[in-house]
Amino acid sequence: MKKLMKGNEAVAEAAIAAGCRCFFGYPITPQNEVPEYMSWRLKEVGGSFVQAESEVSAINMVYGAAGAGVRSMTSSSSPGISLKQEGISYIAGAQVPCVIVNMMRAGPGLGGIQPSQSDYFQATKGGGHGDYHMLVYAPSSVQEAVDLTYKAFFRADYYRTPVMILGDGMLGQMMEPAEIPEAVDLSSLEPKPWAASGNNGGTQRVINSIYMSPDALEEHNAMLTRRYEEMAKVDVMSESYRTDDAEVVLVAYGIVARICKAAVDMLRESGVKAGLFRPVTVYPFPYEEIKKLADGKARKFISVELSCGQLIEDVKLGLYDSKNRPEVGIFARVGGNVMSPEEIADYVKSGRLSKSWIK
Amino acid sequence: MKRIIVSGFGGQGVISLGLMLSYAAMKENLNTSFLPSYGPEMRGGTANCSVVISESEVASPVISRPDILVAFNEPSLARFLPKLAEGGRVFAASSAKEEYLAGGNVCVVPVHELCGNNQKGQNIVMLGAVLSQASLSYKSAEEAVREVFKRKPQFVEANLSCLKAGYEFAKGLK
Repeated sequence: MKKLMKGNEAVAEAAIAAGCRCFFGYPITPQNEVPEYMSWRLKEVGGSFVQAESEVSAINMVYGAAGAGVRSMTSSSSPGISLKQEGISYIAGAQVPCVIVNMMRAGPGLGGIQPSQSDYFQATKGGGHGDYHMLVYAPSSVQEAVDLTYKAFFRADYYRTPVMILGDGMLGQMMEPAEIPEAVDLSSLEPKPWAASGNNGGTQRVINSIYMSPDALEEHNAMLTRRYEEMAKVDVMSESYRTDDAEVVLVAYGIVARICKAAVDMLRESGVKAGLFRPVTVYPFPYEEIKKLADGKARKFISVELSCGQLIEDVKLGLYDSKNRPEVGIFARVGGNVMSPEEIADYVKSGRLSKSWIK
Repeated sequence: MKRIIVSGFGGQGVISLGLMLSYAAMKENLNTSFLPSYGPEMRGGTANCSVVISESEVASPVISRPDILVAFNEPSLARFLPKLAEGGRVFAASSAKEEYLAGGNVCVVPVHELCGNNQKGQNIVMLGAVLSQASLSYKSAEEAVREVFKRKPQFVEANLSCLKAGYEFAKGLK
């Protein structure tokens, strides 16, 4: 049955349904409802909630709990996610599955508490040190946040990798009807023979990310890279909206894609052949899918983002060798401001194609 | 599709009014989104929320041009009245200044009078007043009030009479 749920609470309940039994976090607006919800809900299902003394501590608790084989999660918002980067790199290196939620707010530094997408590079290009990636889902509705959070735990276990849910303050705070999937039966999950959960007289298990031999570390890096290549084949997700005959394609993810959808409808009503391309996974980015649009009728691509020119880099990467040589521009609001559908529609109608987000 | 902005001072029940509109829409199997402002809000500061009610999937939860504006104070009228969509409708609390109330599309709701002994029910009066313009049934709103107050059952009846008073006041509105 559908319930009217806040994005943050829906993510938390979806995690419980997916078998998350450990949560470690530290408060920060605009994601506080995630730890708040987990603090009482995990107790009901026999899990553990810890409000850590810092974000650094919380991510290392995730490393420990997930390393012992428990489905584990942490959540934060931009400045807090920066603090977690060292831990995320260790988790990626040690091949530990977990889910990290980032409800982005505007930066840099402490910035503000209003919605933003300015952590795109950090999330998709490997925010910490060393060569690693996370699978990164960018939901655009409360229901999709539920579905992708649920899925994230399974993909994390499959690849033994950290998975990020990349939302923003608006998605976290808004309410929409959503349906939570049926709770997973924990005993039905694949066993984790690698987990450091006590050897019970068997072989010793070690969770670690240190490889002192260059050859061994190179082999380790190759193994991780093969995983990322598999993700790019298997996990990439995107949505195309009214793109079949579109000449102008807006590219946006998360909540911004919803606003673009309304803009596309407005533009269509006034005779402009506009469409929307929405990456659902921002890592791996749907490069092939966006290129197909350029093989068709689309000649203009506008990256619509709440950042100063981050998403646009992946749009350009997807289109760089397209034989039709489409043009790429940007329309952005930052600092916690959010564009309206009318602003986007007016920009498209003006025929401009800006190289910089500054008007 | 109805795009509704509810705005007023923190503590006037602005957020819970928006929430009840979304609940009522859900009861009618409509699609809906509820987006609260979330600055450093406090009692006496400003607060607003955006509610979209739609038969098809809700595209943008962000509203730039509301079809319905529910304003509990003058700053809300000053801010959102210029953004009202063509043919839009305003519901203003009776305490607003004359200059804002001149337009034919402004319905002044005497919330103080209509909520009688239950002065905290001003937002529920407004909910009742907005219903018909938002294409929501009285029954769905009643269920929404019960839902929101399910942990405070002692307030349900008083709030339902506020709902009724607001609804009766505005139901003849074209």
